[in-house]
Amino acid sequence: MFPIREGFMISGALFTLGVIGVLARRNLLFVLMSIEVMLNAAGMAFVVAGARWRQPDGQVMFLFILAMAAAEVSVGLALVLELYHQFKTLDTDAISRMRG
Amino acid sequence: MLALLWLVPAIPFASALALAVLGPRMRARGVAVVGTGSIAISAAISLVIAGTFLGAPPASGAYTQTLWTWIDVGSFRPGIAFYLDALSLVMTVVVTFVSFLIHLYSVEFMRGDEGYSRFFAYMNLFVASMVTLLLADNLLLLYLGWEGVGLCSYLLIGFWYQDAANGLAGRKAFIVTRVGDTAMAVGLFVLFHNLGTLRIQDLMHAAQSQWPAGSSYAIAAAALLLGGAVGKSAQLPLQTWLPDAMAGPTPTSALIHAATMVTAGVYLIARTNVLFTLAPPVQFAVAVVGAATLLMAGFSALTQNDIKRVLAYSTISQIGYMFLALGVGAWGAAIFHFMTHAFFKALLFLAAGIVIEALHHEHNIFRMGGLRTELPVAFWTFLIGGCALAGLPLITAGYFSKDLILWSVANSPAGGMGLLAAGIAGVVLTSFYTFRLIFVVFFGRIETAVSHRPGLAMVVPACILAFLSVVGGFDKASFEALLNTALPHFREAGGGMSEALTSVAAGLAFFAGLLAAWYAYLRNPSLSRAAAGNPAGRLLHRFWFSDWGMDWFYDRLFIRPVVWAASASKADIVDSIYDGLASAAVLCYRILSATETGKLRWYAAWIAGGSVVTLAIVMWL
Amino acid sequence: MTIVFYTASAVAIIATILMLTRANAVHALLDLIVSLLAVAVIFFVLGAPFVAALEVIIYAGAIMVLFVFVVMLLNLGEPATRAERALLRPSMWIVPSVFAAILLAEFIWLLVSGDVPPSAVAGIEAKETGMALFGQYLIGVELASMLLLGGLVAAYHLGWRKVPQTEATHVSHP
Repeated sequence: MFPIREGFMISGALFTLGVIGVLARRNLLFVLMSIEVMLNAAGMAFVVAGARWRQPDGQVMFLFILAMAAAEVSVGLALVLELYHQFKTLDTDAISRMRG
Repeated sequence: MLALLWLVPAIPFASALALAVLGPRMRARGVAVVGTGSIAISAAISLVIAGTFLGAPPASGAYTQTLWTWIDVGSFRPGIAFYLDALSLVMTVVVTFVSFLIHLYSVEFMRGDEGYSRFFAYMNLFVASMVTLLLADNLLLLYLGWEGVGLCSYLLIGFWYQDAANGLAGRKAFIVTRVGDTAMAVGLFVLFHNLGTLRIQDLMHAAQSQWPAGSSYAIAAAALLLGGAVGKSAQLPLQTWLPDAMAGPTPTSALIHAATMVTAGVYLIARTNVLFTLAPPVQFAVAVVGAATLLMAGFSALTQNDIKRVLAYSTISQIGYMFLALGVGAWGAAIFHFMTHAFFKALLFLAAGIVIEALHHEHNIFRMGGLRTELPVAFWTFLIGGCALAGLPLITAGYFSKDLILWSVANSPAGGMGLLAAGIAGVVLTSFYTFRLIFVVFFGRIETAVSHRPGLAMVVPACILAFLSVVGGFDKASFEALLNTALPHFREAGGGMSEALTSVAAGLAFFAGLLAAWYAYLRNPSLSRAAAGNPAGRLLHRFWFSDWGMDWFYDRLFIRPVVWAASASKADIVDSIYDGLASAAVLCYRILSATETGKLRWYAAWIAGGSVVTLAIVMWL
Repeated sequence: MTIVFYTASAVAIIATILMLTRANAVHALLDLIVSLLAVAVIFFVLGAPFVAALEVIIYAGAIMVLFVFVVMLLNLGEPATRAERALLRPSMWIVPSVFAAILLAEFIWLLVSGDVPPSAVAGIEAKETGMALFGQYLIGVELASMLLLGGLVAAYHLGWRKVPQTEATHVSHP
């Protein structure tokens, strides 16, 4: 017996926590971590859905999300390093030169 | 010798080009030699051609010279081709010869003017265009000449362009004649569309064979061509430009606005007489327009102060006679009157020019006076011209031509007592205003001192024209015989008046006008002042002086609405829609631009908000 | 099993909340790792041992190690932590929390109103996942490998420390 509904709820809760992190935190590093949380939550929703329908596709999607997260983190962290070198800060409000 | 025909327009054209390009670098004497010499050669050639033509007329009565094909589009193949028959021959000889005399006169009249070479370039271009118009084999080439003379007219009216009024007069002439020209262009479209050619002779044959008399196509085409003729010949209702055209130099007025160009409408109608014969209502309209114009212009001429404006109104009035003749089918009479009119009206303008120059460019006739002894040449030539204009019986050309017209009106099936009465009333008016002019200008007290006496170059052309004004009408019979080879014979209605009766009537009318003028301006000058002084007279005077309020009427009817529309359109009512679109786009840009804060959290918040809203929509829809 | 599930869920959420509120990046990372491990436990409970293992190995292992390395490279010490703490004001949480609450409410509404069964019966073998992955999702795998390659190239390019121009000319023309 696998608690499907509760699984979805946990993933939704984790996702919204990630949203809070992205919106509230100003440190770029924390923003990236929050995005990881959101991706993970999305992946979890896939896995739960896969369990609910008894199909392997949910897990396959999780694997793709995993690969995407890895690529995203590698590029994102490289950007963090580069930005820190240029601006000596990770505050996203301070790095706002691209405005209309 | 007829092969030299192409040189008649080509030489003035070449000379105009030469003067336009080299003129400013030539000395005045050189300009005069080139400008006048080219017209002299042209006139000489046309005289030689006339001699050849009269001596050995071509078998068909006409000579065609095709130089090259102008345009070749499908079945539309107008050529640069000239067509010489008795009609175009007479017109060409008169135009080139009178042009030559006026050019000769201009050599002295324009001396010292800043635009000496410019003047001669324009005048030569005018002669070239006019001859092209007259000799054109097809209506398109005729139209080219037609527009060419219109252009030269515009350029010469505004010749002294430093004065804004002259430029405005030129513009007025151009725009008003444009109305007629547009009608004429549409007429050409109608003709080509229906008959498939623009060659005048082919066109006439085709019209005769394809259209029954009174067919609507013939009426439309003839009416449209009449529109063009009315514009160019300053007839009712497009006559308002001609009096203002007197802003140009006096030789211009003599050549373009009296002797030649303004009669182009008469020529056009005579040339396309078949169309008008096929459209009796339009032909009757020609007669009515002519009669109305000759009376209206006659009354207007009575009240003018400017010597040139009097002559301008008399020109309108005399062309009205020509239209009257055309309207009753007396084609030859119209051309006859054109010829004599060219002589005496050019003469009158040249004599007036002598007076004007002698009195420091004074135009007001009431500041002239007593010039009979001061300027005897001007007096005698003006008197001869005036007599010819008014129609002094038996010894002047104008009498014969006008008498012929009156007789034709009386004896034509299209004529009638109304038209005849208008014509005879016109003779009284003509005589009255002509002698009013002569008595005021040349008799009475001296008002302004004479400062300049005419030289030989001004006197000789005037004398030659005076001679022609007298003898030009003597050989009426052979002239008619000549024209009858090119124009339809005048069809006499049975039971009309005898020639003697109309002659006597015309002669009596002349003397009535003369006596009235003598009594009102020489014998008892207070009478004319009293007539102009009382309220009714003053009102009538103002009414006639302003050309029957036509300018005022057109101002209200056309100019004000157009100016209003233009100024309304300047505010761009329609554009405001597009301006609104543009400013809406700018507003959107401002709003969107304001959202581009560069702050990452701001963007993230928008994405989050968007997903919240999207999810809500998905859920509840 | 149910107790394990709820415990792991509680741990995951609490660890995530802790991660969000830390000022020190290393502490936050450790909290995140705890959260990921708890999610791995959930996966195990849900009958997906294969993804649970991957979650531990790749997420909690590889990716988090990357983060740790970057934090080390940035050399964020006590001053950075203090500066970060200064940014963490209570008021900044309000608007994101409102958004998140609405979002969560919508999720829950969808779950409650939809025909989601409270539970399912059987798990999915790793073999099945592998068959699907290298069967019908082969193109997806290839694309994922390309994506990773792109990530590799981009990270390498961004991480490339450019030699200053003046120094370079100095070296080439001694």
